[in-house]
Amino acid sequence: MKRATVVRIVVAVLFAGLLVTPLAIKRLAVRRARSTATVLDSNLALARYGFYLTEISREAGIDFVHQAPALDPKLNAIMPEVASMGASVSIVDFDRDGWPDIYVTNSAIGSKNRLYRNMHDGTFKDVAPEMGIADVNQAGTGVSMGAVWGDYDNDGYDDLYLIKWGRPELFRNDHGHGFTRVSEQADLPPWINANTAVWFDYDGDGLLDLFVGGYYSEDIDLWHLKTTRIMPDSFEYAKNGGRKYLFHNLGNGRFEEVSAKVGINSRRWALASAAADLRGTGHPDLFVANDYGVAELYLNDGGRFHEAGSESGVGFAPKSGMNVAVGDIFNQGKYSVYVSNISEDGVLIQGNNLWVPQNGKPGERVKYENMARDLGVELGGWSFGAQFGDLNNDGTLDLYLTNGYVSLDRKRSYWYDFAKVAGGNSSIIGDAEHWPAVDGRSHSGYQQKHVWLNDGAGKFVDVAQAVGVADTYDGRAVALADLFNRGVLDVVVANQRGPLLLYKNTVDPKNHWVEFALEGTKSNRSAIGAQVTVQWNGQEQVQQVSGGSGFAAQNDRRLHFGLGKDPHIENVNVRWPSGKIQTLDGVVQDKLNTVEEPK
Amino acid sequence: MSGQAITVADAASNERGTKLASPQRAWLSLENRFVPPLFITLILLIGHMSFGILESYRKTLLAIGVSIATELILGKLVVGKWPNVASAYITGISVGILLRSPAFWPYALCAMIAITSKYVLRVKNRHIWNPSNFGICVVLFLAAESVTTLSIQWGNSLWAMLVIWSLGSVIIWRLKRFHICVTYVLSFLLFAIMRGWIVGDPIVSEISPITGPEYQLFIFFMITDPKTTVRSRNGQMIVAFLVAAVEMLFRLNSCIYAPLYALFIVGPAALLIETWWTSQKTHKTDPAATALGFGGVAQ
Repeated sequence: MKRATVVRIVVAVLFAGLLVTPLAIKRLAVRRARSTATVLDSNLALARYGFYLTEISREAGIDFVHQAPALDPKLNAIMPEVASMGASVSIVDFDRDGWPDIYVTNSAIGSKNRLYRNMHDGTFKDVAPEMGIADVNQAGTGVSMGAVWGDYDNDGYDDLYLIKWGRPELFRNDHGHGFTRVSEQADLPPWINANTAVWFDYDGDGLLDLFVGGYYSEDIDLWHLKTTRIMPDSFEYAKNGGRKYLFHNLGNGRFEEVSAKVGINSRRWALASAAADLRGTGHPDLFVANDYGVAELYLNDGGRFHEAGSESGVGFAPKSGMNVAVGDIFNQGKYSVYVSNISEDGVLIQGNNLWVPQNGKPGERVKYENMARDLGVELGGWSFGAQFGDLNNDGTLDLYLTNGYVSLDRKRSYWYDFAKVAGGNSSIIGDAEHWPAVDGRSHSGYQQKHVWLNDGAGKFVDVAQAVGVADTYDGRAVALADLFNRGVLDVVVANQRGPLLLYKNTVDPKNHWVEFALEGTKSNRSAIGAQVTVQWNGQEQVQQVSGGSGFAAQNDRRLHFGLGKDPHIENVNVRWPSGKIQTLDGVVQDKLNTVEEPK
Repeated sequence: MSGQAITVADAASNERGTKLASPQRAWLSLENRFVPPLFITLILLIGHMSFGILESYRKTLLAIGVSIATELILGKLVVGKWPNVASAYITGISVGILLRSPAFWPYALCAMIAITSKYVLRVKNRHIWNPSNFGICVVLFLAAESVTTLSIQWGNSLWAMLVIWSLGSVIIWRLKRFHICVTYVLSFLLFAIMRGWIVGDPIVSEISPITGPEYQLFIFFMITDPKTTVRSRNGQMIVAFLVAAVEMLFRLNSCIYAPLYALFIVGPAALLIETWWTSQKTHKTDPAATALGFGGVAQ
């Protein structure tokens, strides 16, 4: 055979091999996914993964179904797209009875929010009407998008900031007996179209301040549009969204808006935010995930911020940020940050980001690397809310992610029309009138949720279906809490136009745990920003009390640590927002430890 | 896309052999040869510096590196000499710009498939698919769960388009291929109006795709690729029109990658018809001419 013929055959075989490669990769991935996608019997799930979840909302007396907003009729053609947010969930012990309660928002004009009081017997009862925080979606005032709780007046009872597309509201908690609306007294602006807010004490004065991130511009009344030019001017570089606010707590029930003064100045489309001391400086930094653009990282230099998204690596590639969750996933005493984005096979593969810090001496410049792919938490569909928590008490933080954008007609997709316009010129995409009608079609709907179990060796494995999470609602917010004081984290999920789900957790009793309920004295009384480090069996994990995280969500302020089997707690210390370091003696495992900041 | 540089180089050498004799003209011809790679590099740099279009330098460099390495290896192996790597550079950079994936492997695989296709899928000594178009379409077909193409980048702003159009027009005009771009754009607009009328969506939404950067790369680098377009001016215009027509059919079926798939089908079909037509004519004048079949692989 001639050499040329042989060469040609070799090249042809190589070519065929190249064509087959993606199919082989796909087959491997499918096989791997199948191994954990099987629905398991609860005993088998318990044996294999150490926990399983049971959806018990009905048994627990919860029958809430979220209603989406109906905005100006000019947006009717694309209403399912623009009115696709508003379902939220936050955990608060509003009456200080030692049992976590649940607050959920509704988003249709006239619809009622609910405050589910924990009845201590496995059930909940809606007490929002009698407490005065149900009827908060009245015509002319906008509708709820989320809620965050923090004790801004340090009276020992968490107060409520209601995130709205509309008139923002602050409700003072009257010692668990009701709420008083104090928005005007607090000097809040008349209108903000926001989807995220977070309580934190940015200047360490012992008073909780409040960050609010605008989505649509605050000039827009979405129910009375003067123009249909309200959409983002770019799908990856939009800067025509709502402004940002940092309300500095003056301590007399009033707040001063100081965002520009302290270096926060952005009109990106914020969807999620969280505050955490990412560099170990003692000052909480602020991470903002933006839709239609890059994330922003505001590093706190002690009362002033500088934006370091680009230099830190988190603000380089524009995506569709919809979540900020913070967790010490490697048990190294350092926080990683999880930001959710959009992934749809064959259309748009942004991939979620898991930002892992690369260097970490206190005070040093922080640099992040996206390790979502390496760790297996990259592809989550049209991802929304996610939270870290040790779901099986094995000593490592797991990740619960909900997703799904618009679930309507299963057989017809809006993706083509979306992509058709999204790639066009800003003058086209910025006008809602130019968008094709949704016409009952789904848009990344009916998606399977993800429960990623941290194997402690650098990988997360999706066990959602195996442990009983099979719903496909349009998930928005996730909150974790030990709802029944059993030493396990339960999961509450708020769905857009869907029911509130309560997944009760059953955990292998051989795995141990410890919990902490903190109360500040010199620091803010909610202890938001306080950091607990637990060292046991030669490893350590750090967690912080958060004033809001995930997407439109807030976990219980009590901190829950899984310890695995046969734990020996070596050391526990608390770093309070005031800077005080407290070492806790006599910490008992399998117990909630109440800790007050030393005066 | 990759064929662009080859043909510019070919054109330059033709000119050298005929009418360009002065040193100044020779220098210009040398410059010509590097214009397309420089142009696409400029697009990449402007896009990245203004909007950060590259999610990762490493992925783009990987695509370029693999593309050039594959070209060098196959060129030496199949043709027996080191090939000019300008076309491989353009293929690599095109893959780096157009492909979007969080993983690394699709960039390497796409670049390898694109370059290898030039050596395998040949008829009458011509490769019949635009390499970048072929590579990208194949990974979109076969690895839809891992890759997409650039679609919503470059800030949706007008000036980025103007930069590409200004530079691109000068270069394409100089290469005497501007009529292809114009025919395609006019055909696209005509079919956009027809689609709007058929499906009832705002006409602006049908025109929207062509106002995005992906289309400008498609117009200037893919449909004008001399190595994979027919030779006659009228034929080129007909093919551009047919690409837009087939694209419309894909669009009516809600196919997101309609232009890429349309070129994937129309481009080789047009070349095969032209090859057959030429062969028939040659056969009439020279009965000993060979029939259709896999030819050599000379560059």
